[in-house]
Amino acid sequence: MLLKEKDRKEIQKLIGELPREVKLVMFTQDFECDYCSQTRELLEELTTLAPQLKLEVHDFAEEKRLADGYGIDKIPAIIVQGEEDRGIRFFGVPAGYEFANLIGAIQMVAAGDSGLEESTREALARIKEKVLIQVFVTPT
Amino acid sequence: MAYESPWITGAAVEATEYPHLVQKYGVMGVPRSVFNESTFIEGAVPETSFLEAVLEAAAASSRS
Repeated sequence: MLLKEKDRKEIQKLIGELPREVKLVMFTQDFECDYCSQTRELLEELTTLAPQLKLEVHDFAEEKRLADGYGIDKIPAIIVQGEEDRGIRFFGVPAGYEFANLIGAIQMVAAGDSGLEESTREALARIKEKVLIQVFVTPT
Repeated sequence: MAYESPWITGAAVEATEYPHLVQKYGVMGVPRSVFNESTFIEGAVPETSFLEAVLEAAAASSRS
């Protein structure tokens, strides 16, 4: 078990009762790297705390076509999606701040609301070119 | 922002696990945000500044 009892309670408060089903699609590989197995264990634990949270684990090497479809080029990778994939990705173990961000992403997808300003949404709706935003972070 | 647009993908990348990307994008401190390969932001910034960078990156790729 990776999460402390206190954290488990806190997480349950945040995502224990999601308004909608959220799926975590994870890519790892058969012979798992340390970070991959840590990530998978953490996600498996998360799903035990939130009945509306589902986990789907895929093999990066054997399911290459699926990985390509999601634009996944490295592992461990997590896709947070509701009814459809909206382009939300986490690469690496979601620990520390990243863990809080992952919980936030799950809540956002479940609520179906980005929480952005109206003017921001309008500007984003006019974009017709692909943009990849990569935010580099560390756990602390 | 990725949530609002089918054109945008938003990825959080754990820097310590991908040293080659840290080197490629010159990440000296975190958070550092990279928009396509062209636009960069250091640190946490207000929503409007982040949006500007997204729009700039989109405009840059429409020119190329």
